[in-house]
Amino acid sequence: MSLYEQIGGDAAVNAAVDIFYRKVLKDARINRFFTGVDMDRQAAKQKSFLTMAFGGPNNYSGLDMRRGHAHLVAQGLNDSHFDAVVENLGATLKELGVADALIAQVAAIAETTRNDVLGK
Amino acid sequence: MPRITYEGIGYACDPGQTVLDCLTAQGIAVPSSCRTGVCQSCLMRALGGSVPEVAQAGLKPTLVAQGYFKACSCVPAEDLRVALPDAAGLKLAASVVSIEPLNPDIVAVRLRPERPLDYRAGQFIRLYRDAQQSRCYSLASVPHLEEDILEIHVRQIPGGKVSSWVHGQLRAGDAVEIADSAGQCFYVPGDPEQPLLLLGTGSGLAPLYGILRDALSQGHRGPVRLYHGSASPAGLYRTEQLQVIAATHPHFQYVPCISAGAVPSGMRQGNVLEAALADQPDMTSWRVFLCGHPDMVQEARLQVFLAGAASADIHADPFIPSGAPIAHQP
Repeated sequence: MSLYEQIGGDAAVNAAVDIFYRKVLKDARINRFFTGVDMDRQAAKQKSFLTMAFGGPNNYSGLDMRRGHAHLVAQGLNDSHFDAVVENLGATLKELGVADALIAQVAAIAETTRNDVLGK
Repeated sequence: MPRITYEGIGYACDPGQTVLDCLTAQGIAVPSSCRTGVCQSCLMRALGGSVPEVAQAGLKPTLVAQGYFKACSCVPAEDLRVALPDAAGLKLAASVVSIEPLNPDIVAVRLRPERPLDYRAGQFIRLYRDAQQSRCYSLASVPHLEEDILEIHVRQIPGGKVSSWVHGQLRAGDAVEIADSAGQCFYVPGDPEQPLLLLGTGSGLAPLYGILRDALSQGHRGPVRLYHGSASPAGLYRTEQLQVIAATHPHFQYVPCISAGAVPSGMRQGNVLEAALADQPDMTSWRVFLCGHPDMVQEARLQVFLAGAASADIHADPFIPSGAPIAHQP
């Protein structure tokens, strides 16, 4: 069984997306990167990100990640902000009762995007 | 093999091929990103034929109700006629039935289109002054209550080319042109017990007035609360009608809010969003409709979401403030 299936697939993503996005918007360390944009589009983006991090189907390339975050890097997005997002991701899954071992796998997938997201 | 018709031309869709792949293979530029049914970048609208359920999974009910689907997830089983979501609606002629002042700045314009318009209360139409100048206005009318009459609320914007024309020159009996309805801010039946929050300022009452009556007439049973904000009592309108609706529907509450100066009895002092959140600090399970000044709408979206409302339950048309002019020209 894949990681995505173990976590609960699309239903788990749907359950997680609002919880995760709410945590991010309440997190003073990073919420400035997420406000001032169309919330529906932003929620759809969060859903894409969570699907990818859960090991689900996606076609995101490193180039997409670079392009999509370049304007945020220009605003100062750095490792500490990336860490905060991963932390919120873990807390979201914890809240949904996902086992620690699976959360670690999700964090590891998210970690693979770090250099592209931060334009390194 | 199903055929996909786009802008009047039919394309054969290979077995197992998605609408997105079929059209892009023909050189048609359909925006897309994840291609796995998640990001909703490739939304299209089915104008004819029905799409498989999986192509609408995860979409807001308001989008499903209008035939929107994800082109990347749609392997059609039958012929489809499709359009991109921002394809401009067709123009149609309408005659002005009446123009009635609602307050010192806002008039209600009633229009009779040459043919019945397929719309939902809370969506907007485009009103043309001439070929170059047009603005979008939200519909306060309800299709099954007002029959073929459309009602919009037009606020006089200082220097506004269309609103000044409506206020200064347009008369009952005049012929005008409008374009088809659009927008995601409307009531969908299916969850009649869900509490509804309707929050607006100024002529943002127009869509809320339509959505309110649409929901009640479709048998909505859960609590419905309408907060209408204005700087002064003179800016409020339809207060008597709303009080009558409240008197005859115990589950509906009308809360007029005054943000500056003296506040008459029966009205609330302060900002409309603050008043609503003070009354309902926990918005979990609420469905929310927001209309009015774009800054207010954006702040309200954020605050009601943080207060627990699900993102799929928050309805607003962020780029086209109801009743107010939009900057771009068609």
